[in-house]
Amino acid sequence: MARKLPRKDVVIVGLGWTGAILAHELTDAGLDVVAIERGPWRDTATDFNIGYMPDELRYAVRRDLFLQPAQEAITMRNNVSETALPMRDYGSFLPGTGVGGAGVHWNGHTWRFDPADFQLKTHLTERYGAERIADLQVEDWGVTYDEMENAYDRFEYLCGISGKAGNLGGNIQDGGNPFEGARKREYPLPPMKMTYAPTLFAQAAKSLGLHPFPTPSANLSKPYVNPLGIGMGECTYCGFCERFGCANYSKSSAQTTILPVLMRKSNFEARCNSEVMQVNLDPSGKMAKSVTYVDSSGVEWEQPAEMVLLCAYGLHNARLMMLSNIGKIYDPQTGEGTVGRNYCYQTNAGMQLFFDDKNFNPFIAAGACGQTVDDFNGDHFDHGPVDFVGGAGINCIPTNGRPIGFRPVPPGTPRWGSEWKKATKDNYLKSFAFSSQGSSYAARGNYLDLDPTYKDRFGRPLLRMTFDFPDNDIRMSHWVSDRMEEIAKALNPKKYVSGKRNKSWNSVPYQSTHNTGGATMGANPKTSAVNKYLQSWDVPNVFVIGASAFQQNAGKNPTGTVGALAFHAADAIRNQYLRNPGAPLVQA
Amino acid sequence: MSDSDRLAPTRRRFLTSAAALTFVTIASQTYAQSISGKLPWHPFAGEPPQPSLAGWFFFKPHEARAIEAIVDRLIPADDLSVGGKDAGCAAYIDRQLAGSFGNASRLYMKAPFLHGTPTQGYQGEATPAMRYRAALGAIDEHLRRTKNNRGFAQLSADEQDQFLKDLEAGKVDLGEIDGKVFFNLLLQNTMEGFFADPIYGGNRDMVSWKMIGFPGARYDYRDHVSKHNQPYPNGPVSITGSPEWSHKG
Repeated sequence: MARKLPRKDVVIVGLGWTGAILAHELTDAGLDVVAIERGPWRDTATDFNIGYMPDELRYAVRRDLFLQPAQEAITMRNNVSETALPMRDYGSFLPGTGVGGAGVHWNGHTWRFDPADFQLKTHLTERYGAERIADLQVEDWGVTYDEMENAYDRFEYLCGISGKAGNLGGNIQDGGNPFEGARKREYPLPPMKMTYAPTLFAQAAKSLGLHPFPTPSANLSKPYVNPLGIGMGECTYCGFCERFGCANYSKSSAQTTILPVLMRKSNFEARCNSEVMQVNLDPSGKMAKSVTYVDSSGVEWEQPAEMVLLCAYGLHNARLMMLSNIGKIYDPQTGEGTVGRNYCYQTNAGMQLFFDDKNFNPFIAAGACGQTVDDFNGDHFDHGPVDFVGGAGINCIPTNGRPIGFRPVPPGTPRWGSEWKKATKDNYLKSFAFSSQGSSYAARGNYLDLDPTYKDRFGRPLLRMTFDFPDNDIRMSHWVSDRMEEIAKALNPKKYVSGKRNKSWNSVPYQSTHNTGGATMGANPKTSAVNKYLQSWDVPNVFVIGASAFQQNAGKNPTGTVGALAFHAADAIRNQYLRNPGAPLVQA
Repeated sequence: MSDSDRLAPTRRRFLTSAAALTFVTIASQTYAQSISGKLPWHPFAGEPPQPSLAGWFFFKPHEARAIEAIVDRLIPADDLSVGGKDAGCAAYIDRQLAGSFGNASRLYMKAPFLHGTPTQGYQGEATPAMRYRAALGAIDEHLRRTKNNRGFAQLSADEQDQFLKDLEAGKVDLGEIDGKVFFNLLLQNTMEGFFADPIYGGNRDMVSWKMIGFPGARYDYRDHVSKHNQPYPNGPVSITGSPEWSHKG
């Protein structure tokens, strides 16, 4: 029997990026807020200790900061005809846990999605006709880029993003991304210093008439004080970024941009090592009254609240909705139900280059220090002559030279023995890679629901993921790989190796922790689980914030849009919802 | 509840450190950690890795001899570096198998264990420690039967290489054990030992880092970022420093 706690105004599930932003905004509005986080408390001084943070085995291979499958696994299959089995170890994607969430150990690529991304169904139908997207289930998001611009700006200034604007108020800027939506002002910081490989990549891309620019980065190019008054340091290009916490206070995270202010507020409380079991609804099923959680000693608590914000990782938001009977679970046979609908991923491919005469010092790197070519992303080019929709950013962002994971050798090299060793030594400094990060467009058969067999340590069903790359996305990725090959040739390496993306999605090798959808936003409650303010259509005092809201994924990293959605939802709660709590902000 | 009196027993419910030599027993009395009003900070609350100790913690003596011989063929001594044995790869694997990696404490290990598709990943019930014990036993049995009652360590270098190639290619029948899958685990762990920070028992004297030119745990390259195509001048350091430092006293 759960022990009942005193009521709070707001209970937040998960204290990562979105939970921290919402907590900061709503405590500023005077509300009494508690965040319940299943992982541990973490901060820079204690947990991202400079004395032992540069430890590849512990943090990158054993993944000490991540969610472990023993705590919560996910089952997967490529299509409904297969039996889903648990990913006994995470591989293809790596969810975070603990205070700061995956925002602790991300690389820091911080993008805005295109104006067309938010109205994709409308945009593609108008430009190419409904036939072109008949195999897909793309949707509009119910918001426009213009409505999101201010929220993007606030997230970028919270973080101190280092970059170069490409479109200021409609005026294209030299050196930035000419394909981006209009922004009202420059990035808060200039781009990072560029390492050698991205510099050569940009020269080669330019020689082909493409438009390379510095990747917008949450690794700070200079010291910065953000609008909350929190100071951050300059990135040291240490090469221990993704999978690691930053010991320098130079990678944006909840720890480095919000928590020093948030934690001092008397109307905020963080409860760690406490896992939310479910959201409890009142007898009508239309209003949330509390959440139940279990602390690390196994004691069960009930935390009543006026409103509940699901701010866990997107996949876990969707699962918590399913476990709490918020909304109806999607059924791919009938197409009905919205929770779990439009699960999307990222369609990536690689290109490895080998040189004889160059030294790239691959260990001098940062998570988001590099160059991007956006010419073939989204709908930046005419898809009339091609047989797909969508596209990919081409990124040359060498993130590290950590040698358990980074040991490029040409194909055909033995995996061990003296010949292997010589090739490893010969190529370590003289090789680099670039890659395409492709859009992932929704399809009817790709979705999330609850597994019928496998349970977590509390006996709750695991999330079941049914996914394979849609044919459209494979055709897109192959076409972009051909464009990458043109860039590779222009770089004139000794050898290049194209790693093309093919079916079926394999859960074992790491690809991307960009899992989107499952609780998507939109204007139509039949095709979205939350409205344009991320408020549940079914239980209006529940908001669901994260990449779970994406109707489909763009060829860009999601965190910039996730952060913007957090500010967008916070504004809606502060300026609209609190005037009439419990009421839907959009009539179904 | 205030955080100060309850912080200590709550840290790291899910301790999974690669450094943990023996699996840490979680105190039965743990509490949720409530934090409000300040950023918490406590002295010595971090969890540094524990240096690898001497001796064998998992392998039995005959297993240790076989593993040492195997890692010495996977990474042979030559003019580029010492061999895997002298680099500490066998000791590294031993420590890993004695700890949380070996007992799979961080993996999802609930039944049913079914045979899946390749895209669903490894679905076996055995922990890495159990897989090593069973596979080394099966390899020894196989070799003694087919190689004149000799174990792996007693084979010639050429015979050892040929056996490892056959194992890698899935040509060795080890009964219920999939030799190819085990080889991949063994190779992965050997490379981890060779390239990880020396604190874990392998990569002795940072031998692999010196070989390829990885500077290790330096953490600040601002002065060299813009020096394109120029060799980085400094040798490696590890979490525990550099052996050169101790010779200068």
